[in-house]
Amino acid sequence: MSNIPSDLKYASSHEWVRNEGDGTVTVGISEHAQGLLGDMVFVDLPDVGDVFAAGDDCAVAESVKAASDIYAPVAGEIVEINEELEDSPEKVNSDPYGDGWLFRIKLEDAGELGDLLDAEGYESSIDED
Amino acid sequence: MTNRTVLFDKHVESGAKMVDFHGWEMPINYGSQIEEHHAVRQDAGMFDVSHMTIVDIDGSDAQAFLRKLVANDVAKLTVPGKALYTGMLNEEGGVIDDLIIYYFSPESFRLVVNSATREKDLAWINKQAQAFSVTVTERPEFGMIAVQGPEAKSKVATILNAEQTAAVEGMKPFFGVQAGELFIATTGYTGEAGYEIVVPAVQAADLWQQLLDAGVKPAGLGARDTLRLEAGMNLYGLDMDDSISPLAANMAWTIAWEPEDRNFIGREALVAQKAAGTEKLVGLVMEAKGVLRSGLKVITANGEGVITSGSFSPTLGYSVAMARIPAGTAVGDTVQVEMRKKLVDVKVTKAGFVRNGKSIL
Repeated sequence: MSNIPSDLKYASSHEWVRNEGDGTVTVGISEHAQGLLGDMVFVDLPDVGDVFAAGDDCAVAESVKAASDIYAPVAGEIVEINEELEDSPEKVNSDPYGDGWLFRIKLEDAGELGDLLDAEGYESSIDED
Repeated sequence: MTNRTVLFDKHVESGAKMVDFHGWEMPINYGSQIEEHHAVRQDAGMFDVSHMTIVDIDGSDAQAFLRKLVANDVAKLTVPGKALYTGMLNEEGGVIDDLIIYYFSPESFRLVVNSATREKDLAWINKQAQAFSVTVTERPEFGMIAVQGPEAKSKVATILNAEQTAAVEGMKPFFGVQAGELFIATTGYTGEAGYEIVVPAVQAADLWQQLLDAGVKPAGLGARDTLRLEAGMNLYGLDMDDSISPLAANMAWTIAWEPEDRNFIGREALVAQKAAGTEKLVGLVMEAKGVLRSGLKVITANGEGVITSGSFSPTLGYSVAMARIPAGTAVGDTVQVEMRKKLVDVKVTKAGFVRNGKSIL
């Protein structure tokens, strides 16, 4: 069974969200998602300063198998991106919840975190796939 | 109902992710298809190809039958064990399948055909065989393991007995030899040296384990696809099929036009296609970010074409593809591919990017 840390929130489109407690959240894709995509070859990240609404496509994860859109799980401004992925996209596969993080968003509305799934809710959403 | 090869349990033991491949449960990877790809380019990897179909053709008309059945000419084969790559065409000049034929004698040949096309191939072969004095025998009692890479032969050598070692000694590329209970061939689908080994099904798991113990890495269908794409080798169903001429699939070299009186199936249609001109299968290279994918539209000065196979090339570090495009575009030209609603410039190359671990661009 795939690893779904209970301290994170999830979008049904397979992004995870970690509340950093300073008005920002870190976003990545779940272990389940990286497994479906297979070896990552490019990750096309947004620019720092870009602003997205929740649900906007904001990045592309391109694997050996397919190109997949990544959606902003919450609204806000991109304040940091994981530049290591430029040279080492495989970190998304090897450490999806750690070194394979994608970007950090400054929350526009902290209340949106309540709209996301918890680990249990995400697990049942992938069981339905 | 999916089929399992005799090596199914070995794949599961090695942590394979299994997928349905045309009715066969096969390993797509054992963790990372890119690492498996590099293992084959730099060291030695092995693939379970037991799903492929082995068909033996025997009888006094065996040679005459195959000279009719396929576009290449088995009369070129005179040294026992020598292999030949060819298309098997329909009357319209489309490719029913591509296959390798091993020659043992004018009365005895072995065919290895694709698994995805097994039923139609056997139906066609049996139908065409009716007019000849031959027997057509499928050999499902064998497994098959492809061991490929610069260290493949030396690693296999550590597990062969004296008889087998003597049998493969000095064997040239594209030959096969029966060595004890193994049929060992210097063929493959990766652009690397190595063997394809046909083994009695009951011994296949032991052979796989011996190869693992000798340091050969298991590799799945994912790596097999990027390796064959880098090597510019066609995949049936993508790069050609029943409706595509071998002339439009980079297979002109497999058509034996001489002698002119050899009336192989599809010859008449091919002559007309050649006179009229056909599309060409070329290579495409995109050094910018992104991955060329099968099915994407290619725009050339002479009209539109299509990517037949495309992926990321782990050896080169960027995307490569094969595309069928209208005639008139030359190697070195720039064409455009429609990707994610944008037009991207890509360079036209020969279909073939990597051989023996190195770029050939």
